[in-house]
Amino acid sequence: MGNDIVAPFIKVDAVTKNFGDFTAVRDVTFDIQKGELFALLGGSGCGKTTLLRMLAGFEIPTKGRISIDGQDMTDLPPYERPVNMMFQSYALFPHMSVEKNVGYGLKHENLTSAERADRVRAMLDLVQLTPLARRKPHQLSGGQRQRVALARALAKQPKVLLLDEPLGALDRKLREHTQFEIMNIQEKTGITFIVVTHDQEEAMTLANRIAVMDKGAIRQIGTPTEIYEYPQSRFVADFIGSINQFEGSIASADGANVTVACTGFDSVIEVTHRGELRSGDKVAVAVRPEKIHITRKMPSPGQNRLSGKVLDLGYFGKDSLYRVKLSNGIVVRVNHVNARRGLESERVAQWADDVWLTFDPSSAILLKD
Amino acid sequence: MADAATRHAQIEAAQEQPLPAATAPLRRWLDRRAWRDAMIGVPYLWLLLFFLVPFFIVLAISGGTAVVGLPPITWEDSFPYVTFDNYRFLAEDDLYWKGYLNSLRIAAISTMLCLLIGYPMALGIARSTGVWRHIMLMMVILPFWTSFLLRIYAWMGMLGNNGVLNNFLMLTGIVSSPIRMMHTEFAVYVGIVYSYLPFMVLPLFANLEKLDFTLNEAAMDLGSKPWQVFLDVTLPLSVPGIVAGAMLVFIPATGEYVIPALLGAADSPMIGRVLADEFFLNRDWPVAASVAVALLLLLVVPIMIYSHLESRMASSNPS
Amino acid sequence: MNRRSKLLSMWLCFGFVFLYLPLVSLVIYSFNKSRLATLWGGFSTEWYVKLFANSQIIEAALLSIRIAAVSATLAMILGTMAGFALARFISFPGRTLFSGLVSAPLVMPEVITGLSLLFLFIMMEQAIGWPRGRGATTVTLAHITFSMSYVAVIVQSRLSSMDRSVEEAAMDLGSKPLRVLFDITLPIISPAMISGWLLAFTLSLDDLVITAFTTGPGANTLPLVVWSKVKLGVTPDVNALATIIIGVVATCVVIAGIILYRADRRRERDIQAAIAANQ
Repeated sequence: MGNDIVAPFIKVDAVTKNFGDFTAVRDVTFDIQKGELFALLGGSGCGKTTLLRMLAGFEIPTKGRISIDGQDMTDLPPYERPVNMMFQSYALFPHMSVEKNVGYGLKHENLTSAERADRVRAMLDLVQLTPLARRKPHQLSGGQRQRVALARALAKQPKVLLLDEPLGALDRKLREHTQFEIMNIQEKTGITFIVVTHDQEEAMTLANRIAVMDKGAIRQIGTPTEIYEYPQSRFVADFIGSINQFEGSIASADGANVTVACTGFDSVIEVTHRGELRSGDKVAVAVRPEKIHITRKMPSPGQNRLSGKVLDLGYFGKDSLYRVKLSNGIVVRVNHVNARRGLESERVAQWADDVWLTFDPSSAILLKD
Repeated sequence: MADAATRHAQIEAAQEQPLPAATAPLRRWLDRRAWRDAMIGVPYLWLLLFFLVPFFIVLAISGGTAVVGLPPITWEDSFPYVTFDNYRFLAEDDLYWKGYLNSLRIAAISTMLCLLIGYPMALGIARSTGVWRHIMLMMVILPFWTSFLLRIYAWMGMLGNNGVLNNFLMLTGIVSSPIRMMHTEFAVYVGIVYSYLPFMVLPLFANLEKLDFTLNEAAMDLGSKPWQVFLDVTLPLSVPGIVAGAMLVFIPATGEYVIPALLGAADSPMIGRVLADEFFLNRDWPVAASVAVALLLLLVVPIMIYSHLESRMASSNPS
Repeated sequence: MNRRSKLLSMWLCFGFVFLYLPLVSLVIYSFNKSRLATLWGGFSTEWYVKLFANSQIIEAALLSIRIAAVSATLAMILGTMAGFALARFISFPGRTLFSGLVSAPLVMPEVITGLSLLFLFIMMEQAIGWPRGRGATTVTLAHITFSMSYVAVIVQSRLSSMDRSVEEAAMDLGSKPLRVLFDITLPIISPAMISGWLLAFTLSLDDLVITAFTTGPGANTLPLVVWSKVKLGVTPDVNALATIIIGVVATCVVIAGIILYRADRRRERDIQAAIAANQ
């Protein structure tokens, strides 16, 4: 077995970008492996687009270096990078046909005109737009334009493909379809994809790994599961999906489980946690709605149990979302899968019912920042 | 209850009363269409009377013969009541058809020069941001608002043998005696380009500022260097602006009078000057009229191009 | 990415120097003591004094301003109507011709317009007795005719880009079309109308060729007076006049520019504040 450490394909090293007084990207460092589908996820103004533009070459970092496949790219202009971008607005050349758009970048490669035509045809096949090759952008639908933009960005077989909010402009049905198309194309071509998005569902479905960004910094990088089930901060926990958070402090930290005394609760909450914690530390206990069990029957003592009254109920067919007001006034969201078929009267709980909520110690997360 | 019923009946009775038959259509027109018809009709009539009809008068006069008297024209006594002598005269005499060719040539070259100088300026302003863009636009428009005549006059001061340019050249020792610049074709080019430059820059700017810069970024992303991006993306998409600017310069420049009169040479005049001299100096109305008609015929195609382009731009592009 | 390369910036510089050098030289030489306007003889303001004492020039200036004011106002009214007709009424009989008639004066060589208008006035005088002779009236009529096109284009453009739903909202709330016009539309396009007026005013004030054709004895406008002086060569009192005009125009343009810029910035700031408050 030789040296198993795989050098990262893309290295972003301590990159900062200032626009005058405003810092858009703050000392960001991370790696991306070859062939990954990597997502930069965050709200507007978090710096993800600036970071993307620095990878593409449209902005130069104020500090830090960027290297791709071992080559330092920090100062290279966009037309010298082996990176191509699919723009949010698609940026199709309105005066060129689909064919000409897709083939535009190929004139800089050393290809004969026959090879160029073949490549264009292959790209159009890949995105299933061959019959529309002669059309102009204004004659295409939104979804078709996006596919042209994708084909155009892939035509040069770049080392890295950047996608700026690829699914933002599509309606729901198309979005799902396109999500899978993007994943398929990525697997087929093996190109490293970097997607920028504000939509967590998009990031979770598409990406191998996600970097959650806020105010110019990366808060956490991990696989979708890691981000969802093991958030490392209140921000990340709250940003992805929904979560219930109870503030408190550690009551005791010896033993397999930690107990937390939360404000407003009579009994302590038991949480499975590995790591350095001492009694008295300020923490938040976070539990996802789907990890909480709701029942009208009083559960046996000795486990995490909370009593309350059903405030609201949202029925979504496959699941129901309950808002339960606890005796201490805190409202807890509970997601209950309707695994058993039945009518309203047979539901596990109804409006204004008195209910008990229970959850496993291993279902809860302890968050410090 | 009873009051309401009687009131209701009264209202109904009033509504059913027919309008006096004669004024009904008038009232209907006044209510709905009057202002719309007036809005179209009034300027239409004005333009028909003061713009279109005069052209027909010019056409008619171009078929007459000059006499002494008031009005100093007379027509033939018999059908077709017009003579083509004037046009024959134009075709035969050097002064006229050379004047037309001269004017077209000078106007075309001036248009090219305006384009060469003005396009980068328009592009530079379109690419600017913030305060600077407003300031530069203002600086392009400002000369346009000062007197046209005085600006040409300024060039008389600059180009004369004792003028600013010659003084500068002699002072720095580049030449030893003044270069003759006034009353040359060179001076006419300077004058036309100088006066008409804003007419090229502004429509170009209006077009360029609306171009989507992400298209440029996409082209660069796909490997094109900046000058290639310009040729592939910016230039083709700016063609409507180029055509609009070119028409705004070429058409009026062809018929220019003031610039050739003040700055140009007397021996190869532009057609605008020929027309004015024909009218004011020779007092030959029919010939002047035929010069005008011929000039109009020369320019009718560019004018139609411009008119078509302008109506498309004004209705689709916000200003 | 720097959007404006160094080459473009340099070109812009040269372009502006080209545009402004003659104006600057005019201003400088207006203070020249020597009568040979291009040989510097020392600083003097005597030409300004002579200018204000020149009654011919003062009268001509006043006449020009009067004509310009009248023609600009009527051109604004007619041009607004024409712009309206073109922007709002998609099809009416003769629309193509109308559109052509409105845009043609923008490019028509002035000698043609001037000659044809003069012939018209002569024929009209022969036929119906009005306008009686050529003078301020005929000049004003001529100026209105070519200026209204400029106003029409500006107004048409503004109307086309306007959000129609505010008019529809007004109608929905009970206003008849004429009311909507006065309550809603006119206020929205008033900046366009005002800039149209200013443009028509400047064009009229400055016009030489068309005025030369359509004027008569006793109606000497400022450009005509300047023309007769300028044909003889460069004279410093014309420089003084030019400097005054440049000064007035520059001041107005700068003030207008500042007002518009500030208004723009204030609007943007308000929008930003609203967005921030909402978050």
